[in-house]
Amino acid sequence: MEINGETHSGEPRPGQCLRTYLREQGCFGVKKGCDSGDCGACTVHVDGRPVHSCVYPAFRAQGRSVTTIEGLAGDDGLHPVQQSFLDAQGFQCGFCTAGMIMTTAALTPEQREDLPRSLKGNLCRCTGYRAVTDAVRGGPESCAPACPAPGTGRAVGSSLGAPAGPAVVTGTARYTFDIDVPGVLHLKVLRSPHAHARIVAIDASAALAVPGVEAVFTHADVPDVLFSTAQHETESEDPYDTRILDDVVRFIGQRVAAVVASSEAAAEEGCRRLVVTYSLLAAVVDPSSAVTSPPIHGDKSESDGISRASSNVVGELHASIGDVSAGFSAADFVYGATFRTPRVQHASLETHGSVGWLDDDGRLVIRSSTQTPFLTRRLLARLYDLPTDRVRVMAGRVGGGFGGKQEMLTEDLVALAVLRLGRPVRWEYTRTEQFTGATTRHPFVVTATAGARRDGTLTALQLDVLVDTGAYGNHGRSVMFHGCHETLAVYRCANMRTDAMTVYTNTVPAGAFRGYGLGQVTFAVEQVLDEVARGIGMDPVTFRERNVVRPGDDLTAPGEHVDDLGIASYGLDQCLDRIRAAGLTQDDAPDGWLVGEGMAIAMIAAGPPGGHFADATIRTLPDGRYELSVGTAEFGNGSTTVHAQIAADELGTTPDRIVIRQSDTDVVAHDTGAFASTGVVVAGRAVLRAARSLKQSPETGVGRGHFDGTPRSVAFNAQWFRVAIDPDTGELRILRSVHSADAGTVMNPGQLRGQIEGGVAQALGATLSEHVDIDADGRVTTTTFRQYHLPTVADTPFTEVHFADTTDAIGPLGAKSMSESPFNPVSPALGNAIRDATGVRMTELPYTADRIWQALQD
Amino acid sequence: MDLHTVTEVISPAAPGSWRPGDAWLGGGTALFSEPRPDVRRLLDLPSAGWPSLRVHDDGAVEIAATCTIADLAERLARHGIVRQCCHAFLASFKIWNVATVGGNLCAALPAGPMISLTVALDATLLLLGPDGTQRVVPAADFVTGQGTTLLRDGELLRSIRLPGEALGSRTAYRRGSLHRHGRSAVLVIGRAEPAGGLSLTITAATHRPHVLRFPSSPSATDLAEALAVLSLADYVDDVHGRPLWRQHLTRHYAEQIRAELVE
Repeated sequence: MEINGETHSGEPRPGQCLRTYLREQGCFGVKKGCDSGDCGACTVHVDGRPVHSCVYPAFRAQGRSVTTIEGLAGDDGLHPVQQSFLDAQGFQCGFCTAGMIMTTAALTPEQREDLPRSLKGNLCRCTGYRAVTDAVRGGPESCAPACPAPGTGRAVGSSLGAPAGPAVVTGTARYTFDIDVPGVLHLKVLRSPHAHARIVAIDASAALAVPGVEAVFTHADVPDVLFSTAQHETESEDPYDTRILDDVVRFIGQRVAAVVASSEAAAEEGCRRLVVTYSLLAAVVDPSSAVTSPPIHGDKSESDGISRASSNVVGELHASIGDVSAGFSAADFVYGATFRTPRVQHASLETHGSVGWLDDDGRLVIRSSTQTPFLTRRLLARLYDLPTDRVRVMAGRVGGGFGGKQEMLTEDLVALAVLRLGRPVRWEYTRTEQFTGATTRHPFVVTATAGARRDGTLTALQLDVLVDTGAYGNHGRSVMFHGCHETLAVYRCANMRTDAMTVYTNTVPAGAFRGYGLGQVTFAVEQVLDEVARGIGMDPVTFRERNVVRPGDDLTAPGEHVDDLGIASYGLDQCLDRIRAAGLTQDDAPDGWLVGEGMAIAMIAAGPPGGHFADATIRTLPDGRYELSVGTAEFGNGSTTVHAQIAADELGTTPDRIVIRQSDTDVVAHDTGAFASTGVVVAGRAVLRAARSLKQSPETGVGRGHFDGTPRSVAFNAQWFRVAIDPDTGELRILRSVHSADAGTVMNPGQLRGQIEGGVAQALGATLSEHVDIDADGRVTTTTFRQYHLPTVADTPFTEVHFADTTDAIGPLGAKSMSESPFNPVSPALGNAIRDATGVRMTELPYTADRIWQALQD
Repeated sequence: MDLHTVTEVISPAAPGSWRPGDAWLGGGTALFSEPRPDVRRLLDLPSAGWPSLRVHDDGAVEIAATCTIADLAERLARHGIVRQCCHAFLASFKIWNVATVGGNLCAALPAGPMISLTVALDATLLLLGPDGTQRVVPAADFVTGQGTTLLRDGELLRSIRLPGEALGSRTAYRRGSLHRHGRSAVLVIGRAEPAGGLSLTITAATHRPHVLRFPSSPSATDLAEALAVLSLADYVDDVHGRPLWRQHLTRHYAEQIRAELVE
C-alpha cells in the first residue's frame, strides 16, 4: 500500500478497517469518530477518491495509493483547502477538521454548490457549520458583521486565530490517542445486561485462557472507596455513591469487569468469555415512581451526600420568596404547563478514553480526554492512596467536551491496570459506549406556573421540578440547584416558589452538560412567560423588559445561594433591543405554510459558586518569547487563544511570541478545570495577573497569577426565531435566527461568534432531533449516530449574532462568560415560534416533524 | 470498525465458498459499520471482477451486485429516478464510492433506496446457491422484513436486471424524512405503465416493500382504498418516524403522485 507517496509493506489484519491500519502506520490525523461511516472524521482518498476509512476494509487498499491529511500539503506549503480552513477558522475542537478538509478537497464544483448535500457525511459538533462552510467557500467572507479587522494594535479584541490552527489543519494536532505508546495493552469492559442486580460470581477462567489476555479485574480487585465520577473543586458537592467496580450493578451498561490484553481483539474476546452470575434486584426506570420504589443506594446514607437514600432522593429544594398564592390571586392571567426534556448525548467526536503508564521515576502518568486534569489527579491519588505528586494527569488537545468530560469515566480503571501490571494500558470508548456507558444531559420534568397583571407586572412564578440523575448522582444535585437559580433570578418577581427533587433511577447516569440544568428549566419558564404575555395582550419583548432584573438588583431565587453573584455589567436591554428589531424583518414562506416568531432569554452566572481556581505562570524565554503555563484544557473552547491575547497585550508583545503549555498537572499548581464557562473569567484572570506580575518585576523572569473565581458577574443571551411549518407534513423550516449576547468585553469576536453559533446549533440539535431513548427495561436503544441524528450542514440555519456593548467590572479586561449560555434560550424560543405559527404549545422535546404533525392533529 | 473476530479473507470468493461464520463482503460499508462478533471469514466479492453494469439490446440493464452506487449514479444518470434514489441514501457521496447496489438490497433495511429503485422498476434478481444453482426472483419479493431476505444460507445475490420498458417509463418520486437529508421515513415511487395503469411502490415507511398495481388510472378513492390494506402495524415504528405520521405521509405522497401521473 502506498500512503502519502511512501510504500508500506505491513500486512493489514483480515478484519481490520483502513482507519486503524493508517493510524498504526503513524497517520494520526485520520480520526476515529463514529467508527460506523457516519461522521466523516476518518475521510481519506483511495486512488484519489474520498472514502470513509472506518468502513473500508484495509486489505482492499493493498496495491492502491492512499492520501491522508498528512499527505495533502505539497512541497510549496498548505493545500488551498487547508489554508482556507485556517483563514476562516473553520474548526473549534478540530477533531472533525481533517475529514472536513479531505472531503472538501475532493468536491467537484457542482458539489460545492450544494454543501448541505455534499457535506452530509461530515459531522461537526462544535461550530454550527458557518465557519466550516465559509472555509469550504474559500475564506471568511461572511464574517463581516462581527469581526473587526485583525492585527491592528492590541491583540485583545481582535479575531486572532487559534494558536493550534496550523496543527489542526495539517492533522498534526495531537489528541488523546495520537501518540505511539510502545507495548501498550488494551482494556475493555464487560457491561451489565441488567438494570439492577447483585453480582454473585464472576468466573474469569475462560477469559484468562484467551491468548493475549493479561489480567481480569473485578470488584474483588479494587479498593473499596466511594467517590463520584463528577469533578468539582469541592468534592463533597456530589454524592459518594460510586465504586471503581461494584458488586451491585445499577444500570444496563454499568462496568462489571475489565479485561486487559495485548490486543483489542483479545480483550474483547476475554469479555465475551467472562461468566457472570447475577441475582436480579427490583429496578425502577420511571423517575416519577422513584420515590416509592425500592432504594437503589440503600446501603448509603446522608453522610455519603445523599438526601434521602431510602427514597431514591439525591437532593431536593423546597423554598419560597414572598407568597405565590397571593401572587397568583393578584394576577389577571395565570398559566401553567408541564414540560419534558429528554436525555441528550454530548456527542463530542472524540470519545472518552485515556492511556496510562509509569514514567522513568515510577510515577503514574495518565493522558486523558478530560476537562479536569487536576481534579482527576486528586481523585486518582485518593482512590489508590498515592501522594498527589506521584500522579500526573494531562490532556492533549481534547476532541470536544460540552461537560461530558467533567467526569472521570476511564482514568480509574486505566490507572488500576497500570499500577497492577506495571505496563502501559489504554482504554478508548466505542461510540456505542458513549451512549450506554457515559453520561447524558439530565432529563427534566418541569411544571412552571406564572401569573401577571394586565399592566405587565409578573406577580408569581412557581416551579415544580423532577430531575432524573440515573443510577448515580454525579452532578445530579448541582444541576438541579443551578437549573432553578438563574432561570428565576433573571426576573424581578416578589413571589416565587421552587419545589425540586433529583432522583435515582436504574438508568444510564446523567452528568454535566452545556448549560448545566439552565436549559431544561428555561425551556419551561420562557414558554410559560410567553403564554402569560399572550394572556395579558402584551408583546413578549415588552413583557420581559417590564420584569427582568436591572443593574443594582439582587439576583434572588428561592433557596440559599452564595452571595458573591452580582450584575457587574448589564447588556440585557441591548439584547432585547436586537430581538425587537429582528421582529421587524420580513421573510418569504411557501404557500400554505404556517409562519410564526418566538423569543426567549437566559442569564448565566460567570462561573460556579463556591470556588473555581486557576494558577498561571509566565516565564521569559531567552529568544524574546514567553512561556505561559496554565492548567486549562483546550477542546475548541478557545480559551488558549484568549490567554495568548491577554498575555501578549500585557507584556507588549504579539501572541505568536507566547508559547503555551497547558492541561498538565506538571505545569502549574492547580486548575479546577475547563468547565462552568470559566476559561476566560477564571483562568484568563490568572493569566492576566501572571502577566502583570512579570511586567512589574521583569528582572525575576517569572510572573505568577492566581484567581479563586469570586466574585462573579452574570452574562445574558437572547434568541429569536421565525419559523415556517408545513401543516401537511409537520416539516419545520427556520426562516431567520437571531442571537444577541452580552459577554462583556469581546476578547475575540471571531471566536466568540463561532462559540455562539456552535451553541445555538447544538441546542437546535436538542430542540429538533436528538433524544437518547431508554426502553421499559432501562436499556439505551439509540446507540449510534444513525439512530441519534446530530445536526448536519443541512439542518443548521445561519444565525445572526449580535454582541451587546458592555464592560464588566469583575471579569478580566471587562469580559464575561459565554461558552455554555448560548445554548439555553434556543429551545424555548423555538417552542414559542411554533406556538405562534400553529396555536399549539408543544411541551416535550424534540420537535421532530412527526411530533409537530401529530400535535396539529390532536 | 475493526472486525476483530475475522481471521481470514477469501478473495475472490465463489458461490461454493460459504460456510457458517462467513459473511459475503461487498463494499464493506454496512458490514464494517456494526460489531459482527459471529463473523469469522469475509468472502470478498468485488475481486471477482464482475462487470458492474451492462446494457442489453432490449434496453434492459444488468447490474452486478458489486456495482458501486457511484458507478450506478454515473452510468444511469440520464434516468431521474436513479439519481433520486441515489440521493435518498442517508450516506454521503463518499460512501457511494464504496457501497454496492447488492449490499444495500441484502441489508434489507426499510430505507434501503436500492430496494426502492429495483422494486419500483420491476427488477428481477439473480441468486446463486452454494452448489451453483440459480434462481430468479422479483425484487418486490426479495426483502421479506426488516433485515430479512429470501436468501438462503450460502446463497448470494449475483445481479439485478432492470427491464428496459420500466426504466423508460414515467415516474414520480416523493420522500419524507425527519431531517432534510436524513434517513428516509417514507419513500413512494409511482410509475406510469406505458399501456395505461399505474404502479405505486411504498418503501421506507413499511417493514418491507409494498407494490400497489392499478390496471387503469386510479381515482383518488381507488387509491385510498388500495392503501387501506396497509394497517398501522405494517408501518415502521422507530426513531426515524412514528407510524401514524408515516402512514399519513404515505397516503399524502401517494395522492400527489397519482395526481402527477394520472391527471
